[in-house]
Amino acid sequence: MTAQSWGLLALFLAVALLAVRPLGLYMAHIVEGEPIAGLGAGRRLEALIYRLCGVDPAGQMDWKTYATALLVFNALGVLLLYALQRLQYWLPLNPQHFTAPPADSAFNTAVSFVTNTNWQSYTPETTMSYLTQMAGLAVQNFLSAATGIVVAVALIRGLARHSARTIGNFWVDLTRVTLYVLMPIATVVAIALVSQGAIQNFSRYQSVTLLQPVTYRQQHMDAAGEPVIQTVTTDTQTLPMGPVASQEAIKELGTNGGGFFNANSAHPFENPNAFTNLLEMLAIVLIPAALTYTFGFMVGDTRQGWAVLTAMVILFVGLYAVCNHIEQRGNPQFAALGVDQLPNAQQSGGNMEGKEVRFGIAGSTLFATLTTVTSTGAVNSMHDSYLPLGGMVPLLDMMLGEVVFGGVGAGLYSMLIFAIIGVFIAGLMIGRTPEYLGKKIEAFEMKMSAIAILVMPFIVLLGTAVAVSVAAGRAGVSNPGPHGFSEILYAFTSAGNNNGSAFAGINADTPFFNIALAIVMWLGRFWPIVAVLAVAGSLAAKKRIPVSAGTMPTHGATFIALLIGTVLLVGALTFVPALALGPIVEHLMLWSH
Amino acid sequence: MKGIFRPALTLLVVLTLMTGVFYPLVVTAVAQVVFPWQANGSLLKRHGVFIGSRLIGQPFSAPQYFWSRPSATTPQPYNALDSGGSNLGPLSPTLIAAVKARIAVLRAADPGTPDAIPVDLVTASASGLDPDISLAAAYYQAPRVARARGLSVAQVRALIGAHARGGELGVLGDPRVNVLELNLALDAMK
Repeated sequence: MTAQSWGLLALFLAVALLAVRPLGLYMAHIVEGEPIAGLGAGRRLEALIYRLCGVDPAGQMDWKTYATALLVFNALGVLLLYALQRLQYWLPLNPQHFTAPPADSAFNTAVSFVTNTNWQSYTPETTMSYLTQMAGLAVQNFLSAATGIVVAVALIRGLARHSARTIGNFWVDLTRVTLYVLMPIATVVAIALVSQGAIQNFSRYQSVTLLQPVTYRQQHMDAAGEPVIQTVTTDTQTLPMGPVASQEAIKELGTNGGGFFNANSAHPFENPNAFTNLLEMLAIVLIPAALTYTFGFMVGDTRQGWAVLTAMVILFVGLYAVCNHIEQRGNPQFAALGVDQLPNAQQSGGNMEGKEVRFGIAGSTLFATLTTVTSTGAVNSMHDSYLPLGGMVPLLDMMLGEVVFGGVGAGLYSMLIFAIIGVFIAGLMIGRTPEYLGKKIEAFEMKMSAIAILVMPFIVLLGTAVAVSVAAGRAGVSNPGPHGFSEILYAFTSAGNNNGSAFAGINADTPFFNIALAIVMWLGRFWPIVAVLAVAGSLAAKKRIPVSAGTMPTHGATFIALLIGTVLLVGALTFVPALALGPIVEHLMLWSH
Repeated sequence: MKGIFRPALTLLVVLTLMTGVFYPLVVTAVAQVVFPWQANGSLLKRHGVFIGSRLIGQPFSAPQYFWSRPSATTPQPYNALDSGGSNLGPLSPTLIAAVKARIAVLRAADPGTPDAIPVDLVTASASGLDPDISLAAAYYQAPRVARARGLSVAQVRALIGAHARGGELGVLGDPRVNVLELNLALDAMK
């Protein structure tokens, strides 16, 4: 690793960690409904919203009602987003007159954005109208993020409350998180992005005259329907336009990841320079990291939150170091051709296929690691072109269950489930009833925790197995050999973890992949959420038992090691065989050439 | 269930208006007032004609221009309506063949340049629209550009140096130059 790669990591972590306490505290106040200076107007709007909805903001829900409300709200979100896409031709803000995407693609996209996955089987700049992008896709960027956060909050309440029947009010939590956390931060980030060159307009696509005309060959059909190759010369380039920055900001802040353009955050209009790249990475990590403080604060012991965050940071640094090292070393096949891949004062070197010069190896691999340990899935480099072990890191990041920071809310609630499993394992070892934060962990919590953890590997491995067994699945592969297997494995891992990044060579815009991946995304999102809410409800009802000599502290180094060990063990045991068939075989092939 | 459907639907509509209409309109209004040039694509004009965006790369193949990185967009390189990378895996025979072909073209255009070729000059970018090349890639092309334009290599290298960017805050941004700006500066020299 180069000094610059370490330096970028240090700068990124320093800024992110500085924001943890203030933002975490702010979010705790917001979800607990405490008065915040300067939000008076918001309060009146909030009251109006609750009146329109016929909701009593003081009313509390048990976990089953909370889960039902969440599921109904999200199911309606899928319907609305599907309808918006299918009707976009007749709706306003469609200057390019795009027609409706096909039904299977629109269904996949609707599920994808509602589940915080943002898997994209379509090419946005030639498919989606401005209205669909901003009033459909971007709206779900907000709402799916808010959904994740409120589930984490509900679980925290389950741990913090005792002898209680309720875990909060879904409508109030969702409204407050959207209005007071997501919208203000997104506005600031969006305007900062515009200042650097991210576009924000509603203009028609802009034609410009190239400095040097370009001649190229194009295949098209003649009158008889036969393909002919034609040589074409053009001196124009058509630049897509649109309200990009506003969507880009919430895409990162809500760990969504669905790009306004096909190239996602590699597109210069989404991510114009190295500074915006840092800003977008910070937007991704801000809320997931700060929620650990919200957690510690709400359970009355901030050391608990710092312990969880420490485990996340340790795992993150390790994963980034591997990815960066492999990509910086470059492709041995290029070296044999006399290509210079060594870093020096004039270039960053390394494996630059599918990477942008303005980000280099450091900015690309840090983004790749971050986008897959969280559930973001935005990409500023093409993971498909990473070296085998370099590309295995994003895959492994997701397979660990996205608990290293993780999706907004989703990362924390999944990590807390791992903590429960960790103390259970520790309890077995010393022969005591496991407890976490003064709550006894018993059969029901363990059953639900096991479901929350095991749903993902189950649907990912099953989906991959089905796809490689049928012709419709294998047809999507674009690279030969083990890399093709990795493409399918990556697709299902990404869908099952609601990540949304891809080994993008895969052609997944087929009815088979659109439907299969939509099912995996839906189950991967809501099955664990229901299990987590069940744990929350069950824990809230328990009495708090006082700390005794036999209580295992859950804020020290031992616990951090236990937590990291549990995450790695579960992830490794589940996925090593699959990884051996893909990236590991490919690595051996690459270096034996 | 009845107590859930009404708030779910109402809240979905209200929050759609807030986040899907109000929010982007506020951002657009601020952007168009404070940063209009950036918000509309950082467009560059020459002789009254838009000749590109500072942020979006263009293809070059003439010897008197600096060449951009290879682009995987179709059907033509730097097609801004089809952004994306090659997505070829590191072992792909197609990738290796493409890199070999690019090396051959570069060697033919610069017969006198024995240096190892900077990697970004023979690999396709992630967006297919990369506006930059590394400083190494620019210096590599300096002798050819100088020859084609009747300039001294020192003059061309000085121009590259004047357009060099990178190293913001010590760790941000790799050493690079914007190809379109560099080529516009070349055209302005004569």
